[in-house]
Amino acid sequence: MTDLSTSLFGKKIKNPFVLASGVLGVTKASLETVAENGAGAVTTKSLSLEPRKGHENPIIVETECGMLNAVGYSNPGIEDGIAEFSDWERTEPLIMSIVGKDEKEFTLLASKIEENKEQLNCTAIEIALSCPHTPGFGVMAGQADPKAAERITTAVRKETSLPIIVKLSPSVPGEVEAAKLAQKAGASAINMGNSLGPGMKIDINRGKPVLGFKMGGMSGPALKPIAIRCVYDIYEAVKIPIIGTGGVNDGQDAIEMMMAGASFVGVGTALYFRGPDAFKKIESEMRAWLKERSYKKASEIIGVAHE
Amino acid sequence: MVLRMSETFSPNIPIQTARVAKVSTESEKVKTLELNTRLVCQPGQFLMVWVPGVGERPISIANNDPLTISIANVGKMSGELHKLKPGSLLSFRGPLGNGFKVHEGWKRILVVGGGYGVAPLYFLAKMATSNKIKTFAVVGAKTAKEIVYEDKLYLVTKETFVTTDDGSKGAKGTVMLEVERLMTTAGHKPDAVFACGPERMMLAIARECLKHEIPCQLSLERYMKCGLGVCGSCDLGGKTVCRDGPVFDALEALGLGDFGTFKRDASGKKVPI
Repeated sequence: MTDLSTSLFGKKIKNPFVLASGVLGVTKASLETVAENGAGAVTTKSLSLEPRKGHENPIIVETECGMLNAVGYSNPGIEDGIAEFSDWERTEPLIMSIVGKDEKEFTLLASKIEENKEQLNCTAIEIALSCPHTPGFGVMAGQADPKAAERITTAVRKETSLPIIVKLSPSVPGEVEAAKLAQKAGASAINMGNSLGPGMKIDINRGKPVLGFKMGGMSGPALKPIAIRCVYDIYEAVKIPIIGTGGVNDGQDAIEMMMAGASFVGVGTALYFRGPDAFKKIESEMRAWLKERSYKKASEIIGVAHE
Repeated sequence: MVLRMSETFSPNIPIQTARVAKVSTESEKVKTLELNTRLVCQPGQFLMVWVPGVGERPISIANNDPLTISIANVGKMSGELHKLKPGSLLSFRGPLGNGFKVHEGWKRILVVGGGYGVAPLYFLAKMATSNKIKTFAVVGAKTAKEIVYEDKLYLVTKETFVTTDDGSKGAKGTVMLEVERLMTTAGHKPDAVFACGPERMMLAIARECLKHEIPCQLSLERYMKCGLGVCGSCDLGGKTVCRDGPVFDALEALGLGDFGTFKRDASGKKVPI
């Protein structure tokens, strides 16, 4: 049987699949369910300093090529977030995702997690620089630009000894440079990446944009080829591992992402298309494909597209 | 089912737009909208109803043919829905979630509605009665003018009992008064109980059913955003109310951490029930 297990920042994990931030992850119980349902590691919904209600509904709409969402970083704030996710007991690593308006906010958030890291029992901090639809954050605040990514990563690195994952955007030019500068600033891994866009869906019967925020980030099939290309380019530029996130819906998508250079594969929207046990389905599909071709370990395919 | 967009090129759950055919007033707070369409759906499933520029909210289905919803005027979004007239457009996604399940062999069921929670139970009672299941109903509210759907339920049940907290209609007390009586009365003990209403009421019903070893299903509510089981907003002890629910078996609900004690606001912050 092909071995899918790998290691994330020194922790053995059963497979390379990571629940992407923003999908479920409001509660510890939901992350436990996702881990139970097959994820190798899980990421919380992003936490900000203050509670945020997020954008008005609709926050999501299906399109002919994937999902468009504008959740708007709804979260109860870092204090409640730490209380919520504390005492993580499962073996699947817990990744704490944070979002700030500037490096000062990121610094404060990282220091709060650092102070509580034993209580949380978390494995890494993910700094999301790349949401395409929330004013003051991510792409709309210029955080996915190379210089900003370097500045924020440097600031967070000073606050914590935890591994830092820097989540970049597939729609901001300079993503390779951003990944290089994040690595230089002390990032432990790159997550490429966030949703694409922003895009818009107009309901023609009502003649109005559907999303409450009008525009949102595109995920699912439309995102996949772009995420693959971004991962491919970043793999050539950095030594730290890459979490390839974007449009992975089945085992073959995950294999493609790893061949592009991802050591880990982020999964999000597939939980809608494939259901709550998407991780188990993706895992068994990947295993079957690799077994048929006599691979002993999934890690053998990482970056083979470059050879 | 593997849903690959490459094979379908169309949304699985598209937004549909229909016209309002009829508006009726149920109480000071509740209006019912009948649409000029029908929907293949199960009692207990819901719609995400969209008012462009205002919002989108989950609303349970009160009838499938014609598609009917009842709306309590409790905020901006429901206020907009109350302004709709015959001919107005109404947009929605659905049906969403899992509905009530009536198992084979159940010959007598009891539906229990609190306030405007009764709407999906009317749909259930109508379907059950048409399948020759003896259906009884208990509806309760604080006061007589908040009792809705009573007249409709009379038409689709064997008997419908009313309770009000202040005794202004039916028996004085909560629905539990009638529920407990029916469970212990020969010829009335139900094979299953279905409930929708305030969570404290449903908690009491769940416990009572457990005591009497009667199967029970509850239609639960949490702050809902995506309606598709991905945003996590409506989490209840690791389950999504929108996709795993909204109807849960009472035994499962009793095992879900927050049931009867906490809900969450739009930010995900815990709020006591």
